[in-house]
Amino acid sequence: MSKRIDVKDLNVYYGDFLAVEDVSINIEAKSVTAFIGPSGCGKSTFLRTLNRMHEVLPGARVEGEVLLDGDNLYGPGVDPVSVRAQIGMVFQRPNPFPTMSIRDNVLAGVKLNNKKISKGEADVLVERSLKGANLWNEVKDRLEKPGSGLSGGQQQRLCIARAIAVEPQVILMDEPCSALDPISTLAIEDLINELKDQYTVVIVTHNMQQAARVSDKTAFFNIAGTGKPGKLIEYGNTQNIFSNPTVKATEDYVSGRFG
Amino acid sequence: MSSTLTPVRSKRSALTKGQLPPFAPYVVLALALIIGAAILALIGFNAFGWGIVSAILFAAGLVGWSGVVEGSRKAKDKLATCLVVGSFLIALLPLISVIWTVLVNGIPGLISPGFLTSSMNGVTGVYDNKAVEEGAPVIGGIYHALIGTIQITLVATVISVPVGLLTAIYLVEYGNDGRLARAITFFVDVMTGIPSIVAGLFAAAFFFAVVGPGTKTGAVAAVALAVLMIPVVVRSSEEMLKIVPNELREAAYALGVRKWRTILKVVIPTAISGIASGVTLAIARVIGETAPILVTAGFATSINSNVFGGWMASLPTFIYTQILNPTSPANPDPSSQRAWGAALVLIILVMVLNLGARLIAKAFAPKTGR
Repeated sequence: MSKRIDVKDLNVYYGDFLAVEDVSINIEAKSVTAFIGPSGCGKSTFLRTLNRMHEVLPGARVEGEVLLDGDNLYGPGVDPVSVRAQIGMVFQRPNPFPTMSIRDNVLAGVKLNNKKISKGEADVLVERSLKGANLWNEVKDRLEKPGSGLSGGQQQRLCIARAIAVEPQVILMDEPCSALDPISTLAIEDLINELKDQYTVVIVTHNMQQAARVSDKTAFFNIAGTGKPGKLIEYGNTQNIFSNPTVKATEDYVSGRFG
Repeated sequence: MSSTLTPVRSKRSALTKGQLPPFAPYVVLALALIIGAAILALIGFNAFGWGIVSAILFAAGLVGWSGVVEGSRKAKDKLATCLVVGSFLIALLPLISVIWTVLVNGIPGLISPGFLTSSMNGVTGVYDNKAVEEGAPVIGGIYHALIGTIQITLVATVISVPVGLLTAIYLVEYGNDGRLARAITFFVDVMTGIPSIVAGLFAAAFFFAVVGPGTKTGAVAAVALAVLMIPVVVRSSEEMLKIVPNELREAAYALGVRKWRTILKVVIPTAISGIASGVTLAIARVIGETAPILVTAGFATSINSNVFGGWMASLPTFIYTQILNPTSPANPDPSSQRAWGAALVLIILVMVLNLGARLIAKAFAPKTGR
């Protein structure tokens, strides 16, 4: 239940503005890949192109190919909605649906699409997803309470449960811990380690220690200056990127000399 | 001996000195009222002047005292407080005055027997003359006008809410601020400013052309009211949809939910409480319209519960005709009593609508409990 992603010569635009230039990267199935780099270097923008969330913004478009196990996401006739059903996403700020209970939030992917599901199946799915997100023990007695009543870290794990409930192939995480305290962050990092047994995980993070802790491979993005496009500078095993980078800019960034 | 050298101060802390005592405003208010009454007594007493003079004296006294004791910053603060509270009272004055007048004049009409359950059918000046000259009860009621108002407003709501809500959805979710969206926004703004009589004339002319000359029914009036309601519904729904966080839309998209389902099941439920109160305000705005109903639904004295055929009465037109053409020109008092009663019922209707909107808003509002 996980697929690899291969990106070939991808250019990402906002209108006429080239935001990310010429990225080629191979993301292995059942692994954790981290994107690091200074603010505004386009790593979040690039992440959003991997499940066609980028084009939700008006004027945004891409050129190039993103292959999910060989199938081009941007091929003619590809329905972005079916792409997003296979490639889930967790956002920077926890965003549970405020009108729904915890249980309904987990079932949102099913219910919003009007799929028929029996109560028994729904119960199983809710329990499995919440257990998968390490949240079951904390919320099992209050599944009917609103999701917005949880703490920030719990809300974020609820969002992860919501994402894995639709059984995607890939989970994209856009700085999932940046709004959380250290203990919630630790819970999510543990969870990422477990998720990679089943899913391909791609995570954008500002926190280099986090990238070093959770990821198998790391991609370093950088930007030459304001208004210039972001580029993929170096991509390799996380250990190599942090201990033995081949590019000077990577070494400067991971050793804290800029960014 | 050293302890006696320290001057004996009051018990107040050094940090709180230079402050007016807590009872200061009440003292100043009492003085202002007394001095105001004295001044007014010299030039002829009236309650309104007493209020104005006392308010000015109170503000001047409190600000002056504060300036002496507390310094200029606190004095300015007191002045701003006086201005704010004063503006609030001035704004409240007409409202209270209206409610008071309508209550005093309307209750006799409202409690007269059969007021809510009978129409004006067959009620002639003879009965009104009797009521005034022989003390017989005032007969005749507003039942026909009440059902007219409720039906016309209901039909207008049924027309304008789907149109307005769908327009708002287009503007927020699909318009992308393009040329069509900007044109719609412009014309909605223009529609907001249409005088209500023009909307009535439009609906009348439209039905004259489509159905035939002289078409005056409740439905025509409903169309006229819908023309007035639509821009209000569009505007309020648009604002409510705009404040739904984009993150919720993206969360739904990322789950593989289609855009129309996202709008239907995430965006609208999140905004529904605001939309509901916007619709209620729009209804409250048109329920008291008189002119467009006179030219579109005419006026009736008997019960007509068919919106699509025949002239229909409504509360505003009932009030208008009772005041302008009393049933008994010689004794207009019973007519005026009925008009005030109808006005009270109209105000109660609007209040009930507003309360209903609050209940709806509360029932639908996103839950935050733990």
